[in-house]
Amino acid sequence: MLKNKLVQKRRQPEKSEAIALGAKLKYHWKEGLIKAGLFLCAFLSVVTTIAIITVLAREAFPFFREVPFLDFVAGTKWTPLLQPRSFGVLPLVCGTLLIVAGAALVALPIGLASAIYLGEYASRRVRSIIKPVLEILAGIPTVVYGYFALTFVTPLLATFFPSTQVFNAASASIVVGIMVLPMVASLCDDALRAVPDSLRQGAYALGATQFEVTTRVVLPASLSGVVASFVLAASRAIGETMAVTLAAGATPKMTLNPLESIQTMTAYIVQVSLGDAPAGTVEYKTIFAVAALLFAITLGMNIVAHKVLRQFQEVYE
Amino acid sequence: MITNTQRQAISNQVSKRRTIFQTSNVTIRYGDKPAIRNVCLSIPEHLITAIIGPSGCGKSTLLRAFNRMNDFIPEANMKGQILFLGTDLYVKDIDPVDVRRRIGMVFQKPNPFPKSIFRNVAWGPIVSGYPGNINERVESSLRRAALWDEVKDRLQDSATDLSGGQQQRLCIARALAMEPEVILMDEPCSALDPVSTARIEDLMFELKEKYTIIIVTHNMQQAARVSDFTAFLDSGSLVEFGQTEKVFTRPEQKRTEEYVTGRFG
Amino acid sequence: MTSSNLARRHAIAKVFRLFCTVVTWAGVAMLGILLFHVSRDGLRWLDLQFLSEFPSRFPEKAGIKSALWGTVWLISLTAGFSIPIGVAAAIYLEEYAKKGRVSRFIEVNIANLAGVPSIVYGILGLVIFVRFFGFGRSVLAGSLTMSLLILPVIIIASREAIRAVPSSIREAAFALGATRWQVVRAHVLPAGLPGILTGVILALSRAIGETAPLVMIGALTYVAFVPEGPMDAFTALPIQIFNWASRPQKEFHQLAAAGIIVLLIVLLLMNAAAVFIRHHAERKNK
Repeated sequence: MLKNKLVQKRRQPEKSEAIALGAKLKYHWKEGLIKAGLFLCAFLSVVTTIAIITVLAREAFPFFREVPFLDFVAGTKWTPLLQPRSFGVLPLVCGTLLIVAGAALVALPIGLASAIYLGEYASRRVRSIIKPVLEILAGIPTVVYGYFALTFVTPLLATFFPSTQVFNAASASIVVGIMVLPMVASLCDDALRAVPDSLRQGAYALGATQFEVTTRVVLPASLSGVVASFVLAASRAIGETMAVTLAAGATPKMTLNPLESIQTMTAYIVQVSLGDAPAGTVEYKTIFAVAALLFAITLGMNIVAHKVLRQFQEVYE
Repeated sequence: MITNTQRQAISNQVSKRRTIFQTSNVTIRYGDKPAIRNVCLSIPEHLITAIIGPSGCGKSTLLRAFNRMNDFIPEANMKGQILFLGTDLYVKDIDPVDVRRRIGMVFQKPNPFPKSIFRNVAWGPIVSGYPGNINERVESSLRRAALWDEVKDRLQDSATDLSGGQQQRLCIARALAMEPEVILMDEPCSALDPVSTARIEDLMFELKEKYTIIIVTHNMQQAARVSDFTAFLDSGSLVEFGQTEKVFTRPEQKRTEEYVTGRFG
Repeated sequence: MTSSNLARRHAIAKVFRLFCTVVTWAGVAMLGILLFHVSRDGLRWLDLQFLSEFPSRFPEKAGIKSALWGTVWLISLTAGFSIPIGVAAAIYLEEYAKKGRVSRFIEVNIANLAGVPSIVYGILGLVIFVRFFGFGRSVLAGSLTMSLLILPVIIIASREAIRAVPSSIREAAFALGATRWQVVRAHVLPAGLPGILTGVILALSRAIGETAPLVMIGALTYVAFVPEGPMDAFTALPIQIFNWASRPQKEFHQLAAAGIIVLLIVLLLMNAAAVFIRHHAERKNK
């Protein structure tokens, strides 16, 4: 009997109760509107990417109709602004690589050593001094580094190497190295910190010295994170513009001598844009071809580095 | 795991009062992993029902199903039916926001908003458009949560400055301010000292006059002290449900007996 | 035998430690050298006249008035565009987006945008804002370009700040029957505000120092007036510094150094503000 009553009640809810819970509330359209607005803001990043690719492709494709692609990527002479014109991008790539190599020589050892020092050796107090200094170094505008290269590093180099030219790859690459140093240090720091302490303690318990723990246990365990940070730093150095424009010169050249004047891809783009090349001309289109190459290289490196970093983080999560 | 005769017996006990929640064949999975299997329960109004069981048995998952808090766990999905006063909480045109306005919740750890004591209690009614006098509502809620005398002179102080026990009573006051019909409590005393725990248990006795309370607890003494009905869950299944006194003194299932006498869990 | 081996191992450990220490402090010294070099060159040119004069062919008459005001205009507009959009995008990704393919794609996309060289943004700004929308070489075109450039930074920083808000607060608010936007507005945003502000300030200070995108959109012209509206032409501090630094005469180099000092002071003040906000918030949370 009682049970029947219960069943009946379940089937026929009292009216007032059903009404109270039944209807969707009227502010739902507002919530939906807000959500749509927020989504659009997030989606703007996708639009930006599409816009970058479209803008670069729209001018780069006509360029490759005039200049064969192979001449562009394999040519060793870059004189698009002078007669006879030649559109081999390799000198610009070579100049860029020279800068990246020099910057890497500065930033990678110092950055990694700083990360090791901060993570494994330094006291909290020292950390609290060095961390902000690195943040400040990271925040200094690139044009300031360019000025520093031009007026301080180059004269300094000239006192040691008299053959140093006024504009040279070495001084630019040194300051680019200083510029990306904080990034290397902080990313390596993250990577080293991700290594669980239990691993360190296990090694110490076997009687290893701090050097052995760091180089044989911690570094190998964080290697992919460290490498990813190197790749990100290199990509950053490739895209660096103002310091190399100011200090490295404007002479596209296939050289490995860091004391000579060279030109990077980015510096070339600036040079053309300063020179007011009229839209539609080949000179104007070259900057899009060069920028497309720059974009492709940096994007590729970033994608790889982020992927490696993600996998690395998953290992220790 | 419950036989039909048992279920009938339970129904008989329960039906002396109105059933506020009726769950039938509730199964909740996280991805592929079932957390709750085929649970059928009738929870009576204006009583305290305790859900006990070893950790990881799905107590909290079941509790959070009653006010649709599992909606926030993306991989959680539910099958079966939960009727709240006869209305299915999981059909399409039910607004989970409205459900939560009528079914309040107190969490394991006190989680006051980092705002003033007053704002903590007032916020819920304000966002749901309470038309009356908000000061009165705050005062009555704090009084019912037995916190008023301790905080009446410092309503504008930050809630995070209160002690843990006070914070939890504030969270109860915050839930009461919505005038819910049910209060779900997810191990409300697990982060508190014995004195604060005793105060909250006293408070629960007073509150059951007006509200239905469902409490999840891993503390069997607490379940025995405060609840009228007890449900014992193990590995996501309902092993036994009945009057607390009976579950603890004359359990029908061997498993229940082992658990309440402390032989496992 | 063991002891001699151990002694050698300890020696290596010591040398390695010394190397790391020296090299790290060398990095710190670099900052010192840079600051010393710049102030030695620039301090003597730094006076009120330098701040209140327009650029000039004659070094002794030149100043940064138009550059300073241009930067103020540029950053104000950039902040106006980028902060609401960036924070909104972060809210969407953290609070609304289902963890699926779309949000994953947007996330990866933002991370990659953060690594796109700034000069590429300059080309984008030149084609889209200067030419396509016809804003010309105006403050508006410049600040829209800058906004796109720093949006990834703002989004990433804001997401971190929002993620750091304990989920217990969200649960408490949801359990009271609040809608998602009510929860975000009343609890998540206020609690995440210090972190968001810190990220925004750092992003804006990046925008202040950026030069390449502005060069691309053609801000490198002789401007001897203060912009009066968003459609006016403009110059900015880093542009003026670049201009002076790329001239051969020593006097102009020193003017560049003086400009750098002003720029660094502005950046330092912003960094100090960020640090202050962070510390204040940390203390409040305890």
